[in-house]
Amino acid sequence: MNPRELVRAQPGPAFTVTLDGREIEALPGQTVAAALWAAGVTSWRTTRDAGRPRGVFCGIGVCFDCLVTVNDRPNQRACLIPVRPGDAIRTQEGTGHHD
Amino acid sequence: MTDRPHLAVIGAGPAGLAASLAAAARGIRVTLIDSAAQAGGQFYRQPASGLGARRPKALHHQWRTWERLRDGLAAADTIHQLTDHHVWCVERRSEGFAVHALLGPEQEKPATVHADAVLLATGGYEKVLPFPGWTLPGVVTAGGAQAMLKGGLVVPGRTAVVAGTGPLLLPVATGLAAAGVEVAALVESADPKAFARKATALAAQPGKVAEGAQYAAQLLRHRIRFIPRHTVVEAHGDARLDAVTVAALDKGGRVRPGTARRIPCDTLAVGHGMLPHTDLAESLGCRIDGLKVYVDDEQRTDVPGVWAAGETTGIGGSALSLAEGHIAGRSIAARLTGTEPDARAWVAVDRSRTRTREFIAALDTVYAPPAHWTDQVTDDTVVCRCEEVTGGEIRAAVAELGAGDVRTVKLLTRAGMGWCQGRMCEPAVAGLTGCEQQAARRLLARPVPLGVLARAGESSPEPSGEPEAD
Ligand SMILES: Cc1cc2nc3c(=O)[nH]c(=O)nc-3n(C[C@H](O)[C@H](O)[C@H](O)COP(=O)(O)OP(=O)(O)OC[C@H]3O[C@@H](n4cnc5c(N)ncnc54)[C@H](O)[C@@H]3O)c2cc1C
Ligand code: FES
Repeated sequence: MNPRELVRAQPGPAFTVTLDGREIEALPGQTVAAALWAAGVTSWRTTRDAGRPRGVFCGIGVCFDCLVTVNDRPNQRACLIPVRPGDAIRTQEGTGHHD
Repeated sequence: MTDRPHLAVIGAGPAGLAASLAAAARGIRVTLIDSAAQAGGQFYRQPASGLGARRPKALHHQWRTWERLRDGLAAADTIHQLTDHHVWCVERRSEGFAVHALLGPEQEKPATVHADAVLLATGGYEKVLPFPGWTLPGVVTAGGAQAMLKGGLVVPGRTAVVAGTGPLLLPVATGLAAAGVEVAALVESADPKAFARKATALAAQPGKVAEGAQYAAQLLRHRIRFIPRHTVVEAHGDARLDAVTVAALDKGGRVRPGTARRIPCDTLAVGHGMLPHTDLAESLGCRIDGLKVYVDDEQRTDVPGVWAAGETTGIGGSALSLAEGHIAGRSIAARLTGTEPDARAWVAVDRSRTRTREFIAALDTVYAPPAHWTDQVTDDTVVCRCEEVTGGEIRAAVAELGAGDVRTVKLLTRAGMGWCQGRMCEPAVAGLTGCEQQAARRLLARPVPLGVLARAGESSPEPSGEPEAD
């Protein structure tokens, strides 16, 4: 059983987005974080000081650990932002303003 | 219709929904504002509509109550719902209130709602105390795992440990298991025997006891090992979590030497209770008692025209939020139409509110983080996740620089100065500094673009139901 089977989900057609240029599939309605989790990715940012990997922590927009660059906009909270067809998602290094 | 009194409700969780329905049923025009894409709050969080869930109730408890709320909301033509609106500030004006929000996921476009009264129903967020490795990807808050599961129908990994303390761990462990995650253990630091000592308060809530029994049965069914009186001492892994070490606690809440055991897992869902969201109340100048918004019997704050209900006034679960919301809605309807509310009209709800509060108070004494949790915070444990401030730096600020309160530690170390504004590290910084946690004074509830700030306050004070761009 997986969560989608559990609730008998019949999602709209999947679409493609990229993570650092690599294609991944996403479903309509998912947040960027949910799409990345579904693709088996749990970290998409490194910290400013120690360069440590981070991903979702609070899941509800409070902790800002899940920051990510989407379509060249850095510091978007992946757990809040809906994923859209064609999104170019990039792992974010530090403040996201260097690259 | 437009000359009806107008209430702005912030937060569409159980409290905000119950209040909106109660007020609307009594002739009040309501604008219900929430940052999420759908109503429901944390407890009734729904899968995104694009996911086409045909049986969403498989992930929920008390589905009937949700159906009633949802149908009521759809039927009430005097409730105007604003989704995707992040409220960053509520301003008191000579005539009513201006609720300032930022629209959409990028949160840049501003919108303002004018109202005669405001209900704060913004709920709470999870508290997690630090330990080595808690910043590793794969370590998530228990509620966060639940939110991602309920909303996005995704799970963080294959094998999970659910740990910490509090009633939220039960739905999280059983929810993850039902969704196909192997839950290797539910590690609860509290002692189940302590419940026996609270037998009287618990027996007054047979419904809650039955709920507990249902969870116990589900743990058995999913073969989830329940490990009480234990705590997580370390999360291991390099780029992501691969194991956790748990250890037994003695009666005084200290880790018992020689009891450590390692459990392989790729996910740790961890939580140590909840904290109320109080930012909006603070910016309105409402009295805060300890960590929660003060309210009277009618759920009124001490600022005229401002009510509060649900977990913003103290953590107590969805049933209490519903009761408080209902009472707030009735009180608002009476007060806004110039009548004295008749408390006899809500006697039954009042009784359930009192009982639930007593029950929660009893639970709180059982579910408390281990007394000596700071022992787990080694000097190189990151405490402030945003600014990467360690336990050692905080201890040095106290021991060497003489800091004796959170504010001074913050100024000296930058703990709590980052993106989350201390929401994640405040309880830990207070604990390591050796002082009580106080409600933080945050100017804004959300990060706000400077241009929006500069323009705020320029819009007209005319009360109107429709959001206006300013
Ligand atoms: C992540 C998480 C998951 C949880 N999951 C469960 C669970 O599965 N089972 C359970 O029994 N309990 C759960 N809880 C506990 C839950 O908080 C309560 O049981 C209940 O939902 C509280 O109701 P409420 O109406 O007070 O607040 P909430 O349900 O938290 O609703 C508050 C609402 O206010 C909105 N909001 C907050 N601030 C703003 C703002 N500034 N602008 C606009 N909108 C805002 C939020 O989006 C939210 O929808 C969870 C808590 C958290 C933090
Ligand atoms: S995970 Fe905390 S803000 Fe996204």
